[in-house]
Amino acid sequence: MNTLTRENRDADRAQVDQFIAPPASVIEAGEGYTLELEMPGVTKDGLDISVENNELTVVGQRSLPTVQGTLIHHESRPNNFRRTFELDPSIDADKIRAKIEQGLVTLTLPKAEHVKPRKISVS
Amino acid sequence: MNLIRYQAPELASNRWSTLRGELDSFFELPFWSSFPRAGQLFTGWSPALDLYQNADNIIAVVELPGMRKEDIEISLHDGTLTIGGEQKREGSGNDKAERTERYVGTFRRSITLPTRVDASKVNAAYRDGILTVTLPKAEEVRPKQIQVS
Repeated sequence: MNTLTRENRDADRAQVDQFIAPPASVIEAGEGYTLELEMPGVTKDGLDISVENNELTVVGQRSLPTVQGTLIHHESRPNNFRRTFELDPSIDADKIRAKIEQGLVTLTLPKAEHVKPRKISVS
Repeated sequence: MNLIRYQAPELASNRWSTLRGELDSFFELPFWSSFPRAGQLFTGWSPALDLYQNADNIIAVVELPGMRKEDIEISLHDGTLTIGGEQKREGSGNDKAERTERYVGTFRRSITLPTRVDASKVNAAYRDGILTVTLPKAEEVRPKQIQVS
């Protein structure tokens, strides 16, 4: 069950100039996993989620508010977000759902039916 | 990279396991994001803040992903703008955290403003996880056009 969050760092490294990896949390809850990624400034339209070769890739293009004025204190980075995760074989990739609310991407990754715990009745 | 399973912060039973958890999460952070976040490991969360200035306003832009509007607190005292609140963790007690890079808990961020502002006219908007606070400059510090008579 550990491989859900195994990252493909080589894939990230090639994109390091353009993208930053957003902080992520993974919670395992009974029927599956919940993956949360912090992407402030990303809207639904700027979000691109794909699964290929059992790899989940989340890309967030930011549309930052334009502010009239001179920047006098700067901490943010304008980079877009990208992060790749290797999916655990127990996850049913066809049933992954995603939403974005206030720059927080929440992915629901249900486990496939065949790996869910089930009771076998003795006949 | 293998996932090192570690305890959720609130489950850590003693100082050492807390420290251990923090170290684990530190080394799991992707290389680039470890720099601006290195300070948060022991001091809590410090969201990125940009400050702009134009003729009429001071504008603060703060990255606060995934919050509810009601959980954000903005205050102004003695020329210092403070933004605080709580990042709440959702879910039931049966959930098992496999990886926790997102900060959970209260946070507070202060910045001294470069000029005096009119506290009664401060306006804030929260959209796409970005908080924009517009603070109109006090009348006496605004640039004035002087007519040559």
